Parts: sequence; structure tokens; C-alpha cells
Amino acid sequence: MRSWVKATVVGLFGLGLGACKGPGGAGTEKQAAAPKEEASSGASTAAKSESGPIKVGILHSLSGTMAISETSLKDVALMTIEQINESGGLLGRKLEPVVVDPASNWPLFAEKARELLQKEKVAAVFGCWTSVSRKSVLPVFEELDGLLFYPVQYEGEEASFNVFYTGAAPNQQAIPAVEYLMSEQGGGAKRWVLLGTDYVYPRTTNKILRYFLKGKGVAESDIMETYTPFGHADYQTIVSDIKKFAAAGPTAVVSTINGDSNVPFYKELANQGLKAADIPVVAFSVGEEELRGIDAKPLVGHLAAWNYFMSVETPENKAFIEQFRKYAKAKNLPDADKRVTNDPMEATYVGIKMWAQAVQQAGTVDVAAVRQAMSGQTVKAPSGFTLEMDGKNHHLHKPVFIGEIRADGQFQVVWKTEGPIRAMPWSPHVPESAKKVADWSYPWLCGNCTEPKAKGSLAAASL
Amino acid sequence: MQSPQKHGAVSSAVNSMISSARSPKGWLWHVWMAVVVLMTATPARAVDDHAPSGAALEQLISELVAARHRQALPLVESLRAGTLRIDAKGRPFVQREAELVPLLDPPATTPEPPIETPIMTNQLRRVVQPAIASLSLSAEDLDTRRRAAEELAKRPSAELEDTLRAALERETDDEVRSALRLALAQLDVRSPDTARRLAAAQALRDAADPRLRSDIEALLGSEDDPEVRAVAQAALTRTDRKVMVYGALGHLFYGISLGSVLIIAALGLAITFGVMRVINMAHGEMLMLGAYSTFVVQNWFRDHLPQWIDASLIVAIPVAFAITCAVGILLERTVIRFLYGRPLETLLATWGIALILIQAVRLVFGAQNVTVANPSWLSGGVELLPSVVLTHSRLAVIVFSVLVVTFVWAVLQKTHLGLMVRAVTQNREMAASIGIATRRVDMWTFGVGSGVAGLGGVALSQIGNVGPELGQTYIVDSFMVVVLGGVGKLAGTVLGAAGLGLLNKFLEPAAGAVLGKIAILAFIILFIQKRPQGLFALKGRAAEVV
Amino acid sequence: MNARAASVTLPKLAPASAPRSLPLAALVLLLLSLPLVNAVAPTNSAVHVPDYLVTLGGKFLCYATVAVALDLIWGFCGILSLGHGVFFALGGYALGMYLMLSIGEQGVYRSHLPDFMVFLDWKELPWFWRGFGNFFFAAAAAMVVPGVLAFLFGFLAFRSRIRGVYFSIITQALTYALMLLFFRNETGFGGNNGLTDFKHIYGYPLHEASTRLGLYAASAALLVGTYFLCRAIVRSKAGRVLRAVRDDEARARFCGYDPTRYKLFVWTLSAVLCGLAGALYVPQVGIINPSEMQPSNSIEMAIWVAVGGRGTLSGAALGAFLVNGAKSWFTGAVPDLWLFVLGALFIAVTLFLPQGVMGLWPKLERSLRRLRRRP
Repeated sequence: MRSWVKATVVGLFGLGLGACKGPGGAGTEKQAAAPKEEASSGASTAAKSESGPIKVGILHSLSGTMAISETSLKDVALMTIEQINESGGLLGRKLEPVVVDPASNWPLFAEKARELLQKEKVAAVFGCWTSVSRKSVLPVFEELDGLLFYPVQYEGEEASFNVFYTGAAPNQQAIPAVEYLMSEQGGGAKRWVLLGTDYVYPRTTNKILRYFLKGKGVAESDIMETYTPFGHADYQTIVSDIKKFAAAGPTAVVSTINGDSNVPFYKELANQGLKAADIPVVAFSVGEEELRGIDAKPLVGHLAAWNYFMSVETPENKAFIEQFRKYAKAKNLPDADKRVTNDPMEATYVGIKMWAQAVQQAGTVDVAAVRQAMSGQTVKAPSGFTLEMDGKNHHLHKPVFIGEIRADGQFQVVWKTEGPIRAMPWSPHVPESAKKVADWSYPWLCGNCTEPKAKGSLAAASL
Repeated sequence: MQSPQKHGAVSSAVNSMISSARSPKGWLWHVWMAVVVLMTATPARAVDDHAPSGAALEQLISELVAARHRQALPLVESLRAGTLRIDAKGRPFVQREAELVPLLDPPATTPEPPIETPIMTNQLRRVVQPAIASLSLSAEDLDTRRRAAEELAKRPSAELEDTLRAALERETDDEVRSALRLALAQLDVRSPDTARRLAAAQALRDAADPRLRSDIEALLGSEDDPEVRAVAQAALTRTDRKVMVYGALGHLFYGISLGSVLIIAALGLAITFGVMRVINMAHGEMLMLGAYSTFVVQNWFRDHLPQWIDASLIVAIPVAFAITCAVGILLERTVIRFLYGRPLETLLATWGIALILIQAVRLVFGAQNVTVANPSWLSGGVELLPSVVLTHSRLAVIVFSVLVVTFVWAVLQKTHLGLMVRAVTQNREMAASIGIATRRVDMWTFGVGSGVAGLGGVALSQIGNVGPELGQTYIVDSFMVVVLGGVGKLAGTVLGAAGLGLLNKFLEPAAGAVLGKIAILAFIILFIQKRPQGLFALKGRAAEVV
Repeated sequence: MNARAASVTLPKLAPASAPRSLPLAALVLLLLSLPLVNAVAPTNSAVHVPDYLVTLGGKFLCYATVAVALDLIWGFCGILSLGHGVFFALGGYALGMYLMLSIGEQGVYRSHLPDFMVFLDWKELPWFWRGFGNFFFAAAAAMVVPGVLAFLFGFLAFRSRIRGVYFSIITQALTYALMLLFFRNETGFGGNNGLTDFKHIYGYPLHEASTRLGLYAASAALLVGTYFLCRAIVRSKAGRVLRAVRDDEARARFCGYDPTRYKLFVWTLSAVLCGLAGALYVPQVGIINPSEMQPSNSIEMAIWVAVGGRGTLSGAALGAFLVNGAKSWFTGAVPDLWLFVLGALFIAVTLFLPQGVMGLWPKLERSLRRLRRRP
């Protein structure tokens, strides 16, 4: 039958196309099956050739709903890699970035992660934004023993052996923000509105905040918790509900609204006359990038909590912003001289630098060695503080800044911590989590356990 | 820079200074010096680093206001305006044009660098606003007094009780008096004096302000006197009734507003579908192009004619129409034309076009959202209740959608093109037989339909965000409107959109946003069983051809 | 279709050239089973297919099954569904629920409840999760749930004679509504986080290469089975009626056939096949989340069929491989431009290749024949 002929021959093409992916690889099936040492679970990955460029994977969505946030992370990563290459590379070899687009599609994230680790044999991956994307690539990294650097603030409750978290855990963002709002300087809030987009990060963060507030003596009736779906654009009824709720006492709104929905939410706040001095709104997912798309004048006075603001005046930050704008101009990115920097971008920058330092220290890109060398790495960050990678829980020590929105779309720092705070991925306020420990050093050897794995006379861990 | 431990020290220092000295300039200067000395002293114990001059400035302003100092109001006004400057010696100045005018010192004093600008924070705002209000109560100008009284009625603090009573005594204007009475009422609900409580209850009943419902409830809860109870009860009833009535009005408004957005979004689609029986999946992208045209026009105005920036929106309307109409015609000529008679293929091809348009915009303007500001005449709203605000931008969108529908109706009913469009919609073959160039009509229909979508984009840019994926959020809703409203009559689209908007908004408080939307979709699926052709269907054999 | 004069014997539906087809059929089967050699070949031999390609191939096979199922209703019955993703996703969720429950206490929270229920503070399993601890129950659910939904929806729609573009749009409404429903955390399917972090399937650990090969084999078997099933249907007398309905439903009705019954039959069958494909897709991908139900995914499924060639079952499978292969390649090679390529592909195929890639063959053959004829 004709159809079989066609099917076969063109099918060969199809499978062949599917097989040859990636920029450098003009791979046919034969090349893909050529003798290569494959990754075996548990042990370190295939010995990458000890000469030639070091490949580094960049796993951020360049299209789809998350492109708005993630494209600038890709830009900063490429800039940092370029900087490292200009100062001589790593271990005498150049860094080669491998950029893939998982298109805000979670299964595609897992597929691309596997491709980066198995096909491209990258030494480390810098990527992910949403918790869903991170959760979908986690099994891949754990199976193939790769290294992922995750730069975004998240809900905690995780400490994987294969991930280094350069974003804030709840105790480095959410809890200090609520404490500030409770204080007299922050308005002395007595009633709380927990408003978020309906997915794991707001749900878990609000759960932690509830326990925290109850611990501080706030009654159930003084907490209002609401969720809206992704992309929700009509906040008229919700904002009027907030106003009704606030009539009974000084109220603060804790917003974990994510992405596009922030714009209509803030526009509605402005239109309904919700002034920041009366009902302050603190957001955890609104940064300089998100404010770029809104007219910030009606939002003046509302707050955000981060570990870095573009308006922080330190020489390191000035240099960072200048370098980024120069890079954007050189690469002809749209709107180059008005580009902003934000917390996840700073975290990406710090993460890459720390990884580079660990590689130098270990003398190799081998994952196990680099992972060990990461403990205690320090970087003088654009925020002006020296950030340290914790020796035990794979999280970064970070300072906390609270900023008020200015009319020009930047943040005015109104409060900051003395120094960096150690992350607590397992929240001490939630009863089930309080018993857990994230400690990859001997004798605990786990990210999620209630007692040490290595006990007494059993085979000592050879770390 | 300043430790919070010193807060108390400043307070006591200033207090003692004010209470002791009374000379006009001397004691105040001493206060400032004390402040400066404390600010520059080394902290005994370093703790969290708060806003530098905030605590001291806040303290100073409170003290000045309580002492009713003559320069208190100008100082506070200049801080709010952002023109206050503090020099190295801690003296306050006001920036007027290029000059620095001293506030508390002799006119010839020159400021000593470095000069600091204190930042306005929420904490300062909370102190400053009531401070200005209480000072303004004795101003000459009626408007100032009225605004001050209304501001104080929102959150009166106990210290202002005497000020309020004094102001009430000498006030002559009725509006200001009722605002003052309301402010006092909130303080008097806990007063031991029955007469005062009665007056408070009466004021609360007259105002029937839902914001003060909790005060009314507090009064009822602890009240023994029957007369006061009766008045308080009446206050509660009136307030609740007001909430219900205005709440319903609010829902109606929100529903119509959503409906108007849907109308604009779906109108172009309905026209195209009626004539060509083609669902244009790139329709959402026409909305997006219209919104981006507004952005481009706004930027052009910002760069070349900044004083006319408020008119940029008006100019954007014909520009957006022209651009999207042109793009639509281009698409029709290059792609759609060749797919005549194959509606399902057209659907797929237009999907491909949509992908290309989205990526093109993403590459040119960046993946991030862009700012399209509301012109000043569209900000704010009409406040029926604190929780029911008819925002100007949404009102404008409603008016705009009425205008657009009228425009389209006029084109369809009164122009020659419209006549041809209607003919082709009803019976394509017959129209061709009598000499109408159906292909040309297709081209113009697609163009006008896309143009209307562009106008929709202009409206959407005022009430939502503008990004490359703007169209995707409205495409499913537009389809629903077209399916519900049927094809052939404008009324179908209008009624379908309005109906969907109202239904959505009335369901929302009961079921939540998501369930409401799901219920609407289920309703549409079921409705289509009953009336497969939609609300307003064309009659006749030719209409069956889908 | 055939220009023969009217006679009592019905012309054969397709020319039977059995001898020619056998070696080629064998070639296709060989291709499909190539990765299975991994089971015996050592890791660094020349014929060992890399792990990620095995997973990718398995994914593509599931997509191809969906394409064939969609082609059955579109190419042969004229029903364009732009919401088939919902059946695929429902099948995926069914198996996903089984996989979640089989994590047992090895999840992040060490609880008998799935992780997302723990952070929602639920104390026990909702009623609709019971039973999914059993593999066969879940597998049955992967067929029954999409089937029942399709039956109800199709019954209402076809009975009211909704056709063409209107039908396509309400299938979009269906998938959109269900997507919104599943995005809600309260609905109980993990919300936007979806179901993930799977560890075992039927006792076999998921990250083992052998399990992956097994799943690949199952997906290949499903594709082959689907192909033959659909082929049997279109060659039967029912297939003729389907084609009649496609070409002119009113006329088929007046000839005495009830189009509703036939349409409902293929529509439900197609949904069940999609459900099965979804069930095999999820363990290979490791996550299922409501964005599988988004309208654009379903539109892409229609594109696979259009590119491959609707009206030919093998063309649909081919289209799925081609488009997804291109997508995988482009998102790696030119991430900034791949949407352009995809969009251009859709336009080009609808404009220039109305019969899809399969339609190229008759043209090629004709030109080859013309070349051969020249002296």
C-alpha cells in the first residue's frame, strides 16, 4: 500500500528530526548512539571532556505566560557568563551557554532538563521560575545527579541534594514583611487579607503566615483568605470586599498575586481609592519588572518585600545596573537603556558567580566536587551585603528589604535587616514542618527528615 | 543612621523644651538643635536600620501641630509636596524655584551643605494627613475646611476631640458641620454622657455610612438607654439598606462594564464570521495590536508633544483602527482569500498567523508588559459607597462601546458597503448572482472587523495590562459571545455580550470567580442545544450553510 | 470515488497490494522497536538509543495515537474537535492519581495523603480518589471517564445537530471550562501544581531504564493497535456511512441512516483512545497539570493531523511526529524564533498542502512517472 511507503520514508525523517536537536549537534541517529558514557543513577555524571568549553544550561521560558518574567533572567545569565569568559573563563576553559525554551509548558521543562543533562552534558543548569516547573524538573535532576540553581523566592518545604536555592524562603521574605506591617512604623495592622493566585506558592505561604499570625494572637475572624485563578483580570468585587473587611479595624493586605493579574489588581486599587497609608498592600511577586508595565503614580506607598532592590545605593549595585544596560544595548534588546534589574536577576547573577567560584575551588566541574565546594561560598552582592551559601541546607543567607513604591516605578527602602538572615526551608511555625531538618552534612545527610540518617557505628558517610 | 531607641529620648527632649520655653523663634530653634544632636550621636546599641530622619521628623511635626505653631502647616505642606530640605545643621528649608527659603530661621540664613531631602513614607503620611487636616479646620477657605473635616471623619484620633468640638462651635457651613459631627460621633460612642451618645447615634443614622457600621454595632452592644438604642437601631437599618441598594447597583455596573468589554472584543469577530463563516483565531491579536498602537501613539506624544499627552488616547483611536484594518486586509489578501470555502482550514491558518504576530510583537517590544497610562481625565471614579466605585475608565469604556456599536450599525445600515455585507451574510450565492463582488466584500469585512478589534484594544489598554499575550485572554470569551448571540444581527452580539457580562458578575459573589465562569460555559453549552444558531439566527435555507 | 460504472459489487475501498506492503510494514515495525534493543544492548554499544530519546519517542507515540484518533473523527466523519486535549488530560489524570497514591509515604510530607493535600490542610482523601490505589481501576477509569464525558457531550451536541464551526467552538468551551475547574485547588486534583513527583508504576520504579522501555513498548503497541482498529472501522460498512455523513449529512439522513448514532460512536471511541494515550503519557513525562487542557494544546493536535494529511490514518501519526519533532528541535536550536517557524508551518500546510504531507506523494509519484516516460 502506498500509505505504508510514504509513512515509512517520511517517518524516518520525522524520527530523524526528533533525534537531531540542539544547536551544535547535527546528530543523526548514528551519532546519538555513538559510544558515549551514559549517566548512571547515583554516581556522578559522565566524565565531560576535560578540555574544550564548559557547557552551562539556561532553562527559562522565552515564550508563553512566564516569558514576561523569565526572559530577563536569561539575559542576566548570558551577561554574567560573558563577563566570566572575558576575564579568562573557568579552569582555563571558556563557558558555553546552552539556552533552551521550555515555553512555559511544564512537561517541556522536564524534557528540556533531560536534554540539557543527557544530551548537552551541561555542568550546571540555571533556571526555572514557578514552583511547578521546579517540581517537574526535580526528579530529572535527582535521577541524573545534575545541579540546578533556582533564583526565585518560593514557599520552602524543600531542600534537594541537587538544587541550590538562591531565592528567598518564607522566613526571608514573608515573615519579616508581616512583622513590619504589625509594627507601628508599618501601620500597626490588626486585620489581615491574604490574597493570592491559586497555586502552591501562595497556598503554602499563606498557610505558614496563618500559623504565624495565630501565634501572635490574631483571631480567625481577623484573617480573610482569597484566591484568584491565573490570569484573572477582574478585581472589582475583591477590592470592594477588602474595603468592607477593612472597615472594622486597621488592615493590611498580603498579596501573593502572580504575573499578569497584578496589573488589573493595582489599577483597581487605584481606581477605588485604596490609599497605601490606610490599607497598605505588601506584594511578594511584584518587582521593578512588573512595575514597568503599570503607571505607578496611583500605587505610591504600597509595599514589596525582597532581598534586593534596584534603588539600593551601593557601588556594587551601580556597577551591576550599568553592566546590564550596556549588555542590553550591545545585544540590541528592546528598550535597552530603560531596562531594570530585580531580585531574581540579582539571585541569578550571584548563583552563577558562586558556582564559578566553587568550580575554581574544586578544580573540576564534577558535580559531587562542586556541590561540596559550594558550602560556605561568599559573594559581595549588588545589594551591598555579603551573601553566603549555607553549608547545610543549600540555601543562601539573604538580607531583607521592605520598600515602598515610588512614582517612577522604583522602590524606596523603608526598612532593612542588619545583615543576611539564614534560610529556614522548613518553617518553624507550622507544626508538621517544625520537626523537620534540612541538613546535608554529616550525620543528617538529608533535606527532609526528623532524625539523622547516619547513626553511630554504621558505615560512615564518605562526603 | 538612627536607632529607634532614641525615639523616646527625642520625645522627652522636645516635650520639655516646648513646655518650658515660650519665645517665638528661640525655643523652636533649640528643639531643632536637640533633634540634630540626637540624630548625629552614636547609637548605644545598633539595631534594625529604619528610615533615617523619619522618626525624629514625625515627632517634631506632632509636637508642632499640638502647639499650633504658625509655621507648622507650611512645613508639613512642603514635606508633602517634596520641597522640604534639611541642611547639615538640621535647619528646615523650602525649595522655591532655585532658592532655598528658611522656615524657622531669619530670611537671610544660607543653608549649609550637604542638604538632605526627607522622604515621605507611609508612617509619615499617617501623621501628616491628620495633622494638616486639624490645622486646616481653622483655615479661611471653605473648601480647605470641608476637605479637612472629611479627612478627619475617616479616622479621628482621640486627641483631636477638643479641636473638633471647638471647630464645630464656630463652623457656619452645613456640610462641614455634618462632617465634624460625624467625626465626633465616632469618638462619642463610648462617651459616658448620654446626650453625647444620642447625638452620636443621630449623626450615624443621618450619615448611614457603611464604613461606620462597626461603630453602630459597638454602640448597640453596650447601650442601656432606650432612646439611644432606638436611634442606633434605625441607623443600622438605614445603613444596611443603603449597602444592599448600592451593592446591587454596583453589581449592575460591574456587569455592564464587563459586558461592554466583551462587546467590543467580540463585535469584529461576529461581523467576520457572519459574512465569511470563518472563525478568525488571530482576532485576539488584532486586539493586542490595537493596544500596542495606543502605546506607540502615547510614546510619540510623550517625546514630541508632552503637553498634549492627555489627548494621545483620542488620537490613538483612529490610528489603531487604521493599523489593524490594514493588517486585516493584508491577511485576507495573502492567506484567507485562498482558503475560501474551507472554514476549518482558515481556522487553523489564522492560528498560525496568531502565533507569528505574538512572537513578532514579543521580539519588537519585548516579552514584558508595557505601560499604557490612563490620561488624567480618566482617573478616579464616582464613589457611591466606599466599596462601590464607578471608575471613570470603565464608564468611558461603556460609553465607547456604545459609540462603536453605533458606528458599526451605521456602517451596516446606512452605507453601500454595509448593504453589500448584509446581502452576502444572508445569501452569498444570490448576492454574487446579482453582481456583488463577494470577494471584495470579504476583504473589506475582514478589514473593518479587524479595525473594530483594534478599537477594542484601545479600550482594553485602559483597564488591563498590555502584553504580547493580551489577545489570548479574550479569544475564548469572544467565541462564546458569537456562539451565544448568533450571526446576522448586531443585536445578537450586543445582547449576548451584555447578558454574559451581567450573568458573570451576579454569579461571582455567590460562587466565586472561577465557578462563575465555569457555570457560564456550561450554560452556553446547554443553551446551544436548544438554539444551535444562537439568540438571533438568520432564517432561510442559505443560513444553514456553515 | 471510483469512476467505474454502476454495478452491484461495491468497489474496494482501497487498492490491495499486499505483497508490496509487507516488507515496508516490517520496516516501520523495526523502526518502532529499535529502542527496545536497549534492553539487551549494553550502554555504550553503537545501537543503544539514549535514554532521553526513548522518553521522547514514547511521548511522540502517545501524541501520534491522539492524532490517529482525531483523524478518525475529522478526516472520516468531518467532526473537527478543538477540545480533544481534555480527554487526553482526563486519561492522564486517572493514571496520575494512581501514581500519586502509589508514592505512599515517600512524599515530601511523609503522609499517606498526596503532598498537595497536606499543604491544603486536608485530613483525608476525597471520595473521588478512592479506588485509584488499584492500577486496573485507574486504567479502567482512564478509558471510562473520558468516554462517559464524550458520550454525554456528544449526545447533547449531535442530537441538536450542532455542526461545523459552532461545534468546534463549544469543544473549546468544554476544554476551557474543565481547565478552569482543575486549576482550582479546591477541586482536589492538585490545582496548578498538578500531580507530580511520581516514583513507581505497578511496582516498577519509574526512573529505571527498563521501566521506560516498557512504557515505550506499551505506547508503540497502543499506536499500532489504534491504527489497526481505526483502519478496520473505516474499511467496514460503518466507515462508508461515516464518509457519507462527512460529505453530506442531510443526504445520509434522508437515505435512512441515523448520523447521530454513527457520530456518537466514533466520537466516544476517539475519546477513549485519547484517554489511553494520556494514561501512557503521564508516567513517561512525570507530571500532569491542567495546562494540558488549554485550548491551544487541542488546536495543536488538529494541526498535527492537518500537517500529516487528514483522511489517511498513517498521515495523522506522521504529522504528530513531524510537528512535535520540529518543535523539540526548534525550541533547542532557535528558541527565539520557533514560534515563527511553527506559525509559518501552519499557514504553509493549509495553503499549499491541503492534503498534508501525505498529499505530496501522489504529486511526487506523478512527476516521477512523467520523468520516467520521457525518452
